[in-house]
Amino acid sequence: MRITQGTFSYLPDLTDEEISRQVEYALGHGWAVSVEFTDDPHPRNDYWQMWGLPMFDLPAPDAVLYEVNECRRAYPEHYVRVNAYDAGYGRQTTALSFIVQRPAVEPGYRLDRTEGSDRRIRFAVHPYALDRPRGDRYGQDPAS
Amino acid sequence: MTETTGNGNGAASRPSFGMARPGAPSRAASDADAAEAQEGAEAAPLPPDTVIDLAAARSNSGVDEVLEALDREVIGLVPVKRRIAEIAALLLVDRARARFGLTASRPSLHMSFTGSPGTGKTTVALQMANLLHRLGYLRKGHLVAVTRDDLVGQYVGHTAPKTKEVLKRAMGGVLFIDEAYYLYRAENERDYGQEAIEILLQLMENQREDVVVILAGYHDRMEAFFASNPGMSSRIAHHIDFPDYTLDELLAIARLMVEREQYRLSPQAEDTLAEYLRRRMRRPRFANARSVRNALERARLRHAQRLITGEDQQCGLEELTRLEPADFRASRVFDDGGEQGAAAYAGRSLEG
Repeated sequence: MRITQGTFSYLPDLTDEEISRQVEYALGHGWAVSVEFTDDPHPRNDYWQMWGLPMFDLPAPDAVLYEVNECRRAYPEHYVRVNAYDAGYGRQTTALSFIVQRPAVEPGYRLDRTEGSDRRIRFAVHPYALDRPRGDRYGQDPAS
Repeated sequence: MTETTGNGNGAASRPSFGMARPGAPSRAASDADAAEAQEGAEAAPLPPDTVIDLAAARSNSGVDEVLEALDREVIGLVPVKRRIAEIAALLLVDRARARFGLTASRPSLHMSFTGSPGTGKTTVALQMANLLHRLGYLRKGHLVAVTRDDLVGQYVGHTAPKTKEVLKRAMGGVLFIDEAYYLYRAENERDYGQEAIEILLQLMENQREDVVVILAGYHDRMEAFFASNPGMSSRIAHHIDFPDYTLDELLAIARLMVEREQYRLSPQAEDTLAEYLRRRMRRPRFANARSVRNALERARLRHAQRLITGEDQQCGLEELTRLEPADFRASRVFDDGGEQGAAAYAGRSLEG
């Protein structure tokens, strides 16, 4: 199941060229761009791990693409996203965030039902990937 | 068939995601023949019997304007200009070749500019960044000018992140390292400069499509720097030497500067300036165009002083813009008849 988080996630994966044009747009607005990665695709997992510090005062998007590629090389089977942070007063939040890499196989989620008192049922979304330890969640299955 | 610009099907067929600026130059960063992207990255290779109009490609890229501006604003430096024209030609031809589906490795454009002080190394580097941007070699074409301070850290583990940070800012443009020989201090083997050089070398090799590194410095010291860092020397394809200016070139530079500041030289003042430069060139610490600029700055000072303290306090446009011989005559260079003064002059603190 293809996870859809962030901007452009219903579109086909962006090419490097398209990524750098989006980054150029962000830089044109003076947003600081950063690269983050994770292998926990739960929709409520907001804080991904940072790949280096956010990049301030960049004039051109090439450096972001360089960092994205470095991150892809180090974590080929992780999700990688690019965030653009708008530090302007009144906003001070992430202005643009999109996924630039996803694992080859995305197993998706299951729905856990837990029965409580009075036969009440609580639901939880559980990513299949989370059944394996961190760093080992995607890619080749160690059991097979 | 004559091709002029890209036939447009490349740019149009690609889904554009709304926010990307339409005028922004496009380039697939990982693509080796990316420079061609502006003319339609996904266009099929042209059939072998096509004829490309190189003149049109030239005028479309805007190279001629940059080269003309270089010719107009930079006096002399014939070998430098020739080399730049060659580089421009190579990149244009590479682009034309790419349209036929021919691939060649991306030329390495790291350069070293060597020359005396004030021979225009920084000015040319700026124009170079602009030129490479127009030719689609660089995405942005900005110039990041740094010195040792910006690259080398102060304690263990500080250098690498600091250097990388600077390099990242330079990506998509030109990294101009002024007085690069300070990076390497032979007398201290634990100097962090060596670490900065290693990171720089790695980047020059691996990120060739993203950044052009230009090292600049005085000729003899750069020679020593390259001798102790052979890896650096061999990764630089273009060693460009900036010759000293002749007297005529210096005068032409002076005229250009005067014009830019909206002053004029009276005919006698021009002769005086020539005489001044002739004497100044024989003095120690002559810094070519920079000395010319300093001389003009001081002439402006004396000009202003002359107007303020002169007996006739009425002045019009003519008086406000014209530099007279007296404004140059007052210089210390004229003090004791030229050569004999040189020795005495060397002991003085500032140029007169």
